[in-house]
Amino acid sequence: MSSHAAPATIDHHHDPSTSTGIPNKKLLMWTFLASDCMFFAALISTHLIYRLHPPAGGLDPKVIFSPELTSFSTFILLMSSLMMALAVTAIQKGNVKSCRWSLLTTIFFGMIFLGCQVYEFDHFVHDKKMTLSNSMLGTTFYTLTGTHGCHVALGVLWLCLMYVRSFKVASDASWFGKQLLHTVTLLVALLLSLKVTLGLVHGLQVEPTIGAGIAHFFGHEFIYIALALVAYGALAFYFAKPAGPVQFNETNAIDVESMGLYWHFVDIVWIVIFTAVYLLEYL
Amino acid sequence: MELAKPAHLTHEEHAPTQPKLLTHPTAKTGLMGWLTTVDHKKIGFLYGFFALFFFLVGGFEALLIRTQLMVPNNDVLTAQQYNTMFTMHGTTMIFLAVMPLSSAFFNFIMPLQIGARDVAFPRLNAFSLWTFVAGAIILNIGWFGPIIEKIIGGNHNAPDAGWYGYSPLTSKTFSPGHSVDYWIMGLQLLGVASIAASLNFIVTIINMRAPGMTMMRLPVFTWMTLFTSFLIVLSFPFITIALVEVMMDRNFSTAFFEVSGGGMPILWQHLFWVFGHPEVYILILPAMGIISEILPTFSRKPLFGYPIVVFSGASIGFLGFAVWSHHMFTTGMGTVATAAFALATMAIAVPTGVKIFNWIGTLWGGHLMMRTPMMFALGFVWMFMVGGFSGVMHSAAPADAQQNDSYFVIAHFHYVLIGGSIFALLAGLHFWFPLMFGRKVSEFWGKLSFWVIFVGFNVTFFPMHFLGLNGMPRRTFTYDPNLGWNTANFIATIGSYVLGIGMAIYFIVIVYTYIKGEKVKKDYWDGRTLEWSLDNPVPEYNFRVIPTVHARDAWWYEKHHKEEVAKENAEHAKAEEAHGGIHMPFGSIWPFVASVGLLIVSIGVTMFSSTTTPGIGPKLGLSIVGGVVTLIGIYFWSLEGNEGYHIHLDKDGKVIDDGHHGKH
Repeated sequence: MSSHAAPATIDHHHDPSTSTGIPNKKLLMWTFLASDCMFFAALISTHLIYRLHPPAGGLDPKVIFSPELTSFSTFILLMSSLMMALAVTAIQKGNVKSCRWSLLTTIFFGMIFLGCQVYEFDHFVHDKKMTLSNSMLGTTFYTLTGTHGCHVALGVLWLCLMYVRSFKVASDASWFGKQLLHTVTLLVALLLSLKVTLGLVHGLQVEPTIGAGIAHFFGHEFIYIALALVAYGALAFYFAKPAGPVQFNETNAIDVESMGLYWHFVDIVWIVIFTAVYLLEYL
Repeated sequence: MELAKPAHLTHEEHAPTQPKLLTHPTAKTGLMGWLTTVDHKKIGFLYGFFALFFFLVGGFEALLIRTQLMVPNNDVLTAQQYNTMFTMHGTTMIFLAVMPLSSAFFNFIMPLQIGARDVAFPRLNAFSLWTFVAGAIILNIGWFGPIIEKIIGGNHNAPDAGWYGYSPLTSKTFSPGHSVDYWIMGLQLLGVASIAASLNFIVTIINMRAPGMTMMRLPVFTWMTLFTSFLIVLSFPFITIALVEVMMDRNFSTAFFEVSGGGMPILWQHLFWVFGHPEVYILILPAMGIISEILPTFSRKPLFGYPIVVFSGASIGFLGFAVWSHHMFTTGMGTVATAAFALATMAIAVPTGVKIFNWIGTLWGGHLMMRTPMMFALGFVWMFMVGGFSGVMHSAAPADAQQNDSYFVIAHFHYVLIGGSIFALLAGLHFWFPLMFGRKVSEFWGKLSFWVIFVGFNVTFFPMHFLGLNGMPRRTFTYDPNLGWNTANFIATIGSYVLGIGMAIYFIVIVYTYIKGEKVKKDYWDGRTLEWSLDNPVPEYNFRVIPTVHARDAWWYEKHHKEEVAKENAEHAKAEEAHGGIHMPFGSIWPFVASVGLLIVSIGVTMFSSTTTPGIGPKLGLSIVGGVVTLIGIYFWSLEGNEGYHIHLDKDGKVIDDGHHGKH
């Protein structure tokens, strides 16, 4: 598909309309991230303070945490940052198609991270018996990592909106309805995928053999698998085929870049949390 | 000079077909005009309007407190009502009066001082305003407790745990009703509003300066706006998280601050004061900025030691983050921590003192014009110094251990907050009134209100120093007659009535002037900064031509280089017209919708108790509805795009095409 003819050259590192040359949106995002840093500073401090002054009879984090799973999801989140960076580069060069694929991959990796977190929370609550209110470790752990998880989820939502926006056709009078439907379909597809994947993991865990696990999985999740496939079909064969030239182009690079700053920040915060909450226990 | 056309302005040439919901509102007057406005001047006006309203509410609460304390064993208020009064008086004055009044000046004056046509994100600015209003509603909704109880049952009251909300006072055990919930959620909304507004101001000041307006040419008020905004974005997160933790303790039975579950109430004090101390500077730095504008104007001299004033402001802001524990000297932090915070507190007095000397240096040898704003400004310098002297006494930890929680502390912070912040804000209102409304307050009534306020203020608060040193504790609703506090308390109460009369004179005169005051021409005070180059009332687009700045006192320079500037402006006007005229942002209703959504969420989580039966109760239900409304607001906000329209002016500055007709 052809994108709208972009102006000949856009300097992505200098905006002549501002005093400093930094685009307003980028400066806003940097300042917001400085503020967001402080939110996490307060939460991480709370966790570390109660780590130093644990109430008597508290839980042992080493018994509860599973560093293998968390290392895996940390790695995935870092890779999502790579894809995010590729999306920014692509749109700066005016390559909408490549940008879309990188955005989708970033969403995919973000969803894997969220899936791991949902699994982890479920596992900790039901198997390890650590709840939000039965121990100080549970209180600070769920509050801190939950806040981070909300940041990731918000980032995924933003990525989805940006992805859908890249299909907006300028000349189409009914673009609003299509965009809304596209967004809803994408979000439904992602949530169903999350449910189905967790269902597969659950099936494999409760049944003795792999075959029985898969059978269990299909038995319980069949309707959701079918719905997810329908949603993906609609996304691939209907929504991803815009009726005319799209509006999204090189001038939107700043929008993708601001979103990228947020995404990278959320990743960096996770590295700090991974170190301060998980790795610290194994020193 | 060729002005490059920014990329975002090119969007409108191929504006897409918009669905009906996304058509831009064009009303400039009436209710819709106010609800959809993105004009920083109108937003500033609304901030000021609400701030002054809540200032009067907070003042009324203060008078009730003083009436109760007038004589020993008084029973005007019950102990419970007294708790409510001092809690709401403190919270209202800080978050609903002084901060938004400062914000009103940030909004109205700062963009004019840097030569900008609006703030960087006009719709975000509207969102900040309406979210502030939502927060104010939630904070005060408890006053209607008896009515709420009749409709939905439960225990509703105005917040009564102190403006500092010390744990465990805020726990379910000690505050089982909804009063603390209103306080928590109200502050959360005000935090969102303040952070959003501050992000906007920071980007505006750094990025939207007129050509030639280098950072070291910024007017000092703009500098202080920048520092205040940084303090807000860096300190508010701490109270937000602390409040989240209290909310979780109250709603999800966690134990962040519950001793029975291993929590430590002292953690609340640390988190609160890591926010709370920078907050003190959030209240005073804008005041210092206003004073730094008024003193030079009425001394007919440039500000003495401009770079020093700026850098001392920066170091106050920086050190402001390193002194929070001086509010906690009596909590047993240990000698090392106490000594460190005592030293940092002594250090922060240095840049503050430097500013005082700069202001005195500005006055020195000047041709002082004793007009009303100048009277308030001089009152500020003097009274703020008195408050500073008693403040630095607190840095000595052993002395503070005696003064802690006594009326000495009350005297101290009212000297810096009334004698400081309020005096400066009242001065600023008089100073910029001719610019905002094109009218001026009568000198006689203005000065009369100053003297009555000045006398009333000192008679109220000076005796409190002695009361404190004689051992009268804060936050007690009455006292025995044989403790030796009777006379001072009686004098203080009489003083507070005088202060109340002074404020009444001030506001009646302001309202009268707004309606019928003497009309004045542009640049009434013969000012130095760019806002005075504008006609009054300021046109919607602010500057006919974006000014080019050649000196620190930009307007002063223009007045003395008329020909050069006129030539330059004519050229720039031509260049701008060639680029399509004056660009204006469209109004929008969606920031208001998003704020209404937040209000609904807050009503849901504060007013209703959790239901034990499964399913969606009113608490969860309203939260979901509100969340959806907010989401809709933000979604449409982002979809309507940031286009604007263009205004074209003729040679005399008359609007010949307001962009709503013709091709657009």
